[in-house]
Amino acid sequence: MAHTATEWVENDKVKVLPLVPQPAAEKACALRVQRLTAGYGDSPILKDIDLEVPEGEITILVGPNGCGKSTLLKTMARIITPSHGTVMLNGQNVHQMPTRHVAQQMALLAQGPIAPEGLKVRELVAQGRFPHQSLLKQWTKEDREAVDWAMEVTNIAQFAERPIDALSGGQRQRCWIAMALAQETDLVLLDEPTTFLDLKVQVDVMNLLTQTANEAGKTLVIVLHELNIAAAYADNLVMMRGGEIVAQGAVNSIFTRENLRAVFGLDARVIFDAEAGRPICMPNLNG
Amino acid sequence: MILRRVGEMGRFSVMAAVIALFFALHISIGAKAIPVVDVFTALIARDETVFDHIVVWDLRMPRALIAMVVGAALAVSGALMQGITRNPLADPGLLGLLAGASFAVVVGYGLWGSAIVPIMPLVAAGGALAAAALVFWIATAAPGGARPLTLILAGAAISAFLSAVIAAVQLLDQENFEQLRVWLTGTISGNRMDYMGWCLPWLGLGFLAALAVARQITSLAMGDEVAIGLGVNVAQVKVLSLVAVVSLTASAVTLSGPLGFIGLVIPHAVRLFVGTDYRFVVPYSALVGAAYLLFVDIVARVALAPIEISTGLVTSLLGAPFFVWLVRAKL
Repeated sequence: MAHTATEWVENDKVKVLPLVPQPAAEKACALRVQRLTAGYGDSPILKDIDLEVPEGEITILVGPNGCGKSTLLKTMARIITPSHGTVMLNGQNVHQMPTRHVAQQMALLAQGPIAPEGLKVRELVAQGRFPHQSLLKQWTKEDREAVDWAMEVTNIAQFAERPIDALSGGQRQRCWIAMALAQETDLVLLDEPTTFLDLKVQVDVMNLLTQTANEAGKTLVIVLHELNIAAAYADNLVMMRGGEIVAQGAVNSIFTRENLRAVFGLDARVIFDAEAGRPICMPNLNG
Repeated sequence: MILRRVGEMGRFSVMAAVIALFFALHISIGAKAIPVVDVFTALIARDETVFDHIVVWDLRMPRALIAMVVGAALAVSGALMQGITRNPLADPGLLGLLAGASFAVVVGYGLWGSAIVPIMPLVAAGGALAAAALVFWIATAAPGGARPLTLILAGAAISAFLSAVIAAVQLLDQENFEQLRVWLTGTISGNRMDYMGWCLPWLGLGFLAALAVARQITSLAMGDEVAIGLGVNVAQVKVLSLVAVVSLTASAVTLSGPLGFIGLVIPHAVRLFVGTDYRFVVPYSALVGAAYLLFVDIVARVALAPIEISTGLVTSLLGAPFFVWLVRAKL
């Protein structure tokens, strides 16, 4: 677990504020972002960002609108090319590797993907096999098994022959997740996978993602809007504001009243839900 | 999987049989009707001593071949354009490529005469590319950006403008353009077989590029970000698609003049049978496009026989109502 500045002060009464975690506490790192500056056009949205994504954990990025959390995810996913800095995946720079090689190791669930009219669910999920195929090796037994497995864990096997545009929002989102899972990568990036879904469906989607990730030992990086959903599922919580990372670490040490005020300008009480072992926030209504 | 493969073979065989039938029917019709059986005999076992065999091979088959090639080229162009731009109303005619290619050929012919023949596909490609760029630029500058409707309006404006310029040039130099007049309405004629050799490299390049990008276009239809996430080299796919569209359209225009609506109609019809996966949409567009233009060219010759209607008029007569239906259904 990465220690944060505040935690060091509290636990060890140390006056210096080291930003680098102790080597002993360091976990294997699935994705390493170093001195990243990126954005659209001339004005950078991300300013000199450093981030290590711990392997096998669920890292959730939160922050107010325009804080750069989606930009960070998109730069990690090589959709945006940074003006400075690197994103290292298994020791290689994702912006310099052949894009297919990246896709063999890292999947992306983009925000608001388009469901082509008439495309069947099975055909959609099969698209996830693209990075593992070539002109000579078109469709193998492994491909079929990966697609069948992905449809089974996301519980969409019964829709396999239906067109994707005939499904509900939640069902459709499970199809996109299945496509990313069929890619069979250790690392999956997800850009707001719960936006525009009912709360119940949001929870279903997050349960599905976290359970599958834990069982298959996958690393997830998720951009989320809903603070309490983020607090409920994150192993590693990253709070961003103004293109910089303000706080990061275990949920219980990061999801504090002070941080919520500093990052979101939100006046809220943070309550510990003993049953879940997680904090939740309640905005102060008259305050 | 095996069942699907068998089903695929069946579908493919049916399509191949339809093409063979239309091909033979196309050849059998003419000033002197030749029975379809004799056409097949001539095609399979050519006998130089039989007069009908010579008619089949030397006079009629070139026209049928051109119809097939042009139909396939325009249909595949339309399929690629619709897939890449996620625009159901994309078509080489509607977006101004046919007008651009025709205009370039007319200008080239006016400047250099028949010396331009060997590079005619290249000249047509330049015209198609310039018109496409202009249409895209106008649509992008319009309020709301390059949407299906703004693209079509820009395409219509450019096509109308270029047609007017062509008409004016024609009036000024009637003698020279008498030969181009018929070609400009979209005509399939065995005489153009001389051009086939100059078009073959471009057709080969276009069809190969189209097949190479077919699989990636399905991913691209889900959005650029999804495609990048799947490891698709988006820029490369777009460039290859543009190369395919421009060289196929240019070859089609060189061989038969501007034939409208084929690129629009065929991919939509194909999707009804094979779905949205471009691994199937692209090759089946080629097959169905070939069969369709053979059929249209048969209609053009028998509808008002012995008068022959220009093939381009028939593709428009059939295509325009479909376009209206498509606008009502998809916009």
